[in-house]
Amino acid sequence: MTTTLHTPHATDHLDVLESHALFILREVAAECERPVLLFSGGKDSAVLLRLAAKAFAPQQLPFPVLHIDTGQNFAEVLKFRDRAVEAVGARLLVAKVQDTIDQGKVADPGPLGSRNRLQTVTLLDAISTNSFDAAFGGARRDEDKARAKERVLSFRDAFGQWDPRQQRPELWQIYQGKVNPGEHVRAFPLSDWTELDVWQYIAREQMDLPSIYFAHERDVVMRDGMWLAVGEFVEPRAGEDVVRKMVRFRTVGDANCTGAVISNATTLHAIIDEVAIAHVSERGATRGDDKFSETAMEDRKREGYF
Amino acid sequence: MKLATKDLLRLATIGSVDDGKSTLIGRLLVDTRQLFDDQLDAVAAASEKRGIGDLDLSFVTDGLRAEREQGITIDVAYRYATTPTRKFIIADCPGHVQYTRNMATGASTADLVLVALDVASGLKEQTRRHLCIAALLGVRSVIVAVNKMDTVAWSELAFQRVIDQIETLSRELGFTSMLAIPVSALLGDNVVVNSTNTPWYVGPSLLEALEASEAGSWVTAQGARLPIQWVLRQSGGGRTYAGMVSGEAFHVGDRVTLLPANIETTVKAINFGGEPRLEATVGLAADLDLADETDAGRGDLIATAPLPTVTKEFEATICWFGEKPLSVNGQRLRLKHTTRSTPVRIDAIKGLIDIGSLAINDASSLATNEIGLATLTTADALVVDDYREDRVTGSFVLIDEVSNATVAAGMVGHASFL
Repeated sequence: MTTTLHTPHATDHLDVLESHALFILREVAAECERPVLLFSGGKDSAVLLRLAAKAFAPQQLPFPVLHIDTGQNFAEVLKFRDRAVEAVGARLLVAKVQDTIDQGKVADPGPLGSRNRLQTVTLLDAISTNSFDAAFGGARRDEDKARAKERVLSFRDAFGQWDPRQQRPELWQIYQGKVNPGEHVRAFPLSDWTELDVWQYIAREQMDLPSIYFAHERDVVMRDGMWLAVGEFVEPRAGEDVVRKMVRFRTVGDANCTGAVISNATTLHAIIDEVAIAHVSERGATRGDDKFSETAMEDRKREGYF
Repeated sequence: MKLATKDLLRLATIGSVDDGKSTLIGRLLVDTRQLFDDQLDAVAAASEKRGIGDLDLSFVTDGLRAEREQGITIDVAYRYATTPTRKFIIADCPGHVQYTRNMATGASTADLVLVALDVASGLKEQTRRHLCIAALLGVRSVIVAVNKMDTVAWSELAFQRVIDQIETLSRELGFTSMLAIPVSALLGDNVVVNSTNTPWYVGPSLLEALEASEAGSWVTAQGARLPIQWVLRQSGGGRTYAGMVSGEAFHVGDRVTLLPANIETTVKAINFGGEPRLEATVGLAADLDLADETDAGRGDLIATAPLPTVTKEFEATICWFGEKPLSVNGQRLRLKHTTRSTPVRIDAIKGLIDIGSLAINDASSLATNEIGLATLTTADALVVDDYREDRVTGSFVLIDEVSNATVAAGMVGHASFL
């Protein structure tokens, strides 16, 4: 880290996005009683954690970090989670989908079934048990057409639901997160960031990331038009050929519903070049959870999903 | 790693329902190849499912189920586009009068508004309302896409008739830059590529106009401002005051005044994210170290001369979004201005703005989506500038004490055209 003083270029788009995010983090932390930062170990939440550390430096984060653990994680991502949280000295809370299943609150989809949608129940339980009134998330509006509609501070009722027809007006950069007991807000400091912005920021800040974002050799099978990594949560089915390919992950979700992309990008520079010319969106390329229906994300968000 | 530096332009689409705002943005994004193949496929599939042709471009931004079923825009959609030198944040706003609060949300952060106007029907009341709100919100630049030119056989006369209407209004509302472009959002003429159907038009395409427009044209500010968000304790015992800079930049060594306490001191150091800086430019979420001990906290403001006003009573322009009318002795309200929240009382409704004539008529209340002038008294002192001098220290919202909903956008003072 250099100690020379430098003058920022206020017109650079990454500086504008970064400062806006810091402003949101501080506003919500100041106005809400019990905020929490949702952290999945993916690149967006890694950027979010980095921004939170900057917003309150040299103090520690004035809120804990929460991981909703589906139990179907990539091992590399769990390792990254622990080292990233330790690096900023944050307090890590883990809420397990397995506990929600054991409590009988959701049906067990079986060892290989998707737990993606079950996370919502675990998340809302964790918010309610801890009386959190604000939850920071790394969601971006460019990810999905329902997310494109959401406010920076998104109000959730006592059932955790989002009502896209009744969003609070959000004027200028005046963010107000006042809620009644039992209600909460989701706060999205990365709302205006695109996938490319995120990668450019990661490169500029020389950030640490889970290794699976970079191209590596892996055994994969083709299923539903996606390359899935063969391992603990994905077993080849009859008729599926296991092949070894140079791949990387564009998003990080559950191991059994996140597809890999064929790639030789082993450096941040190569990833940025790849993202800049991509023909398929990151969720379209890699997320089985969005493929159920036209409004899969809107439906999940209404229920209280991330 | 060396990265291309881009500036950032925020634009909002405004105009009446069915004049083609969403289709225009859809066309712009498709023709500049900002959409991914799977997103385009999804739009095509959704169009076919509803039996409305190959590709309904409005589905690019109208992403909610209810919007697609009804063929309207309910809330703002944010879309992003980049060119080699610029990142665009596009707020596609709804046109219906009952969603005016959402249009104001989208336009409140815009540098520029893009008006879609149906050439056959001309300037509608709802378009006038949107332009009036955009002007009140301080937007200075307007691009008018005179749309559906294919339905009037590309008639220059029809184009000119609409331009005459909107130029008069634009002058009244004080826009400093107004550019009109004849387009067909449906067919793509003059959106990205100049059209051969309009040989009489020699100006830029919409994309060229957006690339050439000035970003961040809000430059009337006087004096640097930092509303304190958070007090950071430094290792070693000191404190710094974190907030986002507005107005002008702060520099190390600047003489500053802490308000409302009115304590003069000096900027000893500037940090950003724990790293020292010499300067805190407008828009930077910086923290300032002051030379003298103060008991400054959240809600206070650090400023350089000319100083803002410390007051508990002021006149403001109010865009009312509440369901029940705003009136004296009405619902209990709280006001949030910069980083300070305080109880507030409406002392008088001073008038209601007639969108058609821009006259101010007598009124004792404001109904949903009406705009008027009011005098207010706050419990705690505020540190304000006139909205036209500083968009940050001149703006506030009103919040319903019972539901916590945001029910009004407020601007200190009033526009010169009122």
